[in-house]
Amino acid sequence: MSVSAPETMRAEVAGVSVERSERGKGRPLLFLHPGHPSGRVDPAAPVLELLAENRRVIAPTHPGFGMDAAPPKLTTIDDLAYLYLDLMEALDLRGCVLVGVGLGGWIAAEMAVKNCERLSHLVLANAVGIKVGNRETRDIADIYAVTDKQLAELVYADPARMVRDSKTLPQNDLVMMARSREATGRYGWTPYLHNPKLKGRLHRVHIPTLVLWGEADRVVTPDYGRAYADAIPGARFATIGGAGHFPHLEQPETFASRVLEFVEETHR
Amino acid sequence: MRVFQFTEQPYPDVWNDHNGSLRVNLPNRKLDPKRAADLFHRYYDEWQLADELGLDIMLNEHHSTATCMSAACVIGLSVLARITKRARLLVLGYPIANRPDPLRAAEELATIDVISRGRLEMGFVRGVPQEVAIANLNPVFQSDRFWEAHDFIMKALTSHDEPFNWESENFHYRHVNIWPRPYQQPHPPVWSTTGSTQTAKKLGGYGYIMATLGTGYDTRRLYDAYRQGYAEKRGTAAGADRFAYLGLVAVGRTEAEARRRGELIATYPRSSSIVFAPFRNPPGYLSIDDNVRILKGEGKPRSFTKDGRIVEMAKGSVQDLIDAGVMFCGTPDQVYDQIADFVEHCGGMGNLLMMGHAGPMSHEDTVENLTLFAQEVYPRLKSLRQPEAAAVAAQ
Repeated sequence: MSVSAPETMRAEVAGVSVERSERGKGRPLLFLHPGHPSGRVDPAAPVLELLAENRRVIAPTHPGFGMDAAPPKLTTIDDLAYLYLDLMEALDLRGCVLVGVGLGGWIAAEMAVKNCERLSHLVLANAVGIKVGNRETRDIADIYAVTDKQLAELVYADPARMVRDSKTLPQNDLVMMARSREATGRYGWTPYLHNPKLKGRLHRVHIPTLVLWGEADRVVTPDYGRAYADAIPGARFATIGGAGHFPHLEQPETFASRVLEFVEETHR
Repeated sequence: MRVFQFTEQPYPDVWNDHNGSLRVNLPNRKLDPKRAADLFHRYYDEWQLADELGLDIMLNEHHSTATCMSAACVIGLSVLARITKRARLLVLGYPIANRPDPLRAAEELATIDVISRGRLEMGFVRGVPQEVAIANLNPVFQSDRFWEAHDFIMKALTSHDEPFNWESENFHYRHVNIWPRPYQQPHPPVWSTTGSTQTAKKLGGYGYIMATLGTGYDTRRLYDAYRQGYAEKRGTAAGADRFAYLGLVAVGRTEAEARRRGELIATYPRSSSIVFAPFRNPPGYLSIDDNVRILKGEGKPRSFTKDGRIVEMAKGSVQDLIDAGVMFCGTPDQVYDQIADFVEHCGGMGNLLMMGHAGPMSHEDTVENLTLFAQEVYPRLKSLRQPEAAAVAAQ
């Protein structure tokens, strides 16, 4: 039984109309979805309901990922980080748990190095965004240089989860699939899915941080996740079995309980 | 009509040894540099012949591919500027959206125009999708970057009194003042290519020469969009000299000889789409609507015969390619008739970009193909009466 039905709403933030779904009551949790080949999280997704058990879960759709085109002025992950800091201010969120997966984890990290004032906890799941290896090591698999079958094997513990035959999907789903692929390129083409400066700024994150990793992820491996955690003072690292780059989709129960347990344990 | 001889300067020796991709990820170990040197010299010899035969010259560039060894068009232009005497030198094109430094492009083009004593024809193109993987500049903003690089280059070529400033998201310069400035004033003629009616209309507004490739008997739709854009901005009708078409050309003394050459030239469309699939559709290169069509499994045919039959350029027979107006092939009489008919379909087309060499076609075949065309077909095309522009516009 659901704790509450999701509501979809919009807010005008710094001249941008930001769509979000909300559900649940209590202290806020801002959930930032990943990029291609997932993209926007369905407002009815089990993970959002599980996280909303005693929290207000706010899940925006990054501009360019839903049905609407991205506003021309938003071109970088930095732009999205400032947009969501503005959104938190507009909604007056305080003591907020910030959770980001994949590309959303990158946005979350960029927000946290800028300003942690409204944040209580940070959870980065299979986040991209930093450069770990040397210049000849590609830390992050090139999702645009592989076939759909190869992509499924990179991102999922169970590659059968990926849609193989898109031909019969509803028009809106296809538009959002196409937008998700384009928007991920928009924000992350070059430097490829990272900001060369971000790792050197992660020392500024001074809230309890959990780096959570779907252990079958081959886009960014658990070793990359460990390096992420090592760069954040006091961050904890944990893996989730049976999940790849999108642990919130493959193991929603484990994902939600790990997040909520971490928040309980490190309650401030 | 003007005719420009074009070859992609291919390295055809490995066209049957590519493991599914002739572009981007074909290891360059497969190229023998000595063989490449021989091929380059041969291609320049053939362009010198074209110059002597009264033909103009076109070249292009592609990257990381055995289909085209010209990876920097300015190198070919530079060589040709010095070794040819009279031919116009058309680059179609210079992929300016894939270059981080348009100032360098402006300097190169101006210098080539000067060295060639004003023979440069300056084609700017967005580039084929698989080039994105090489350039690694964001494909989502490629179109914007193309038009900004265009604006910048045009300003650099035409500003002569003091250095100017340019600071935008894409490009940052504080002292733009190119030396030398172009030989042709105010600037060399500008060309571009498109497959979309929207861009065609925009190019018409600029009055640039617009070329299409492989559009066959569907070309008129694009030309008419250009005509509309041209007339709206200028109040006059666009002449045939504003239009160009890339046609595969195979001439023979007999039909059988022409067909044999046609098969060799047809290796171009048959090879150019051999590329590892993911590189063919970088994000943002195609519109969301086009990508939704792809997700639905719907293709987007480009080439049509006169009676509306769809021809797949990569798979069609020589006869299919002739029917679709993609290839002009036969005896000189037949080739003339095919081109004249195509010009009529277009409502006027004043620049034939002739692919007179492709793939494994030998030097002897290429020489014979160019010579027969220049001597037996070209004189008649020069006196071909183009449809009257105002009458076409009124249709």
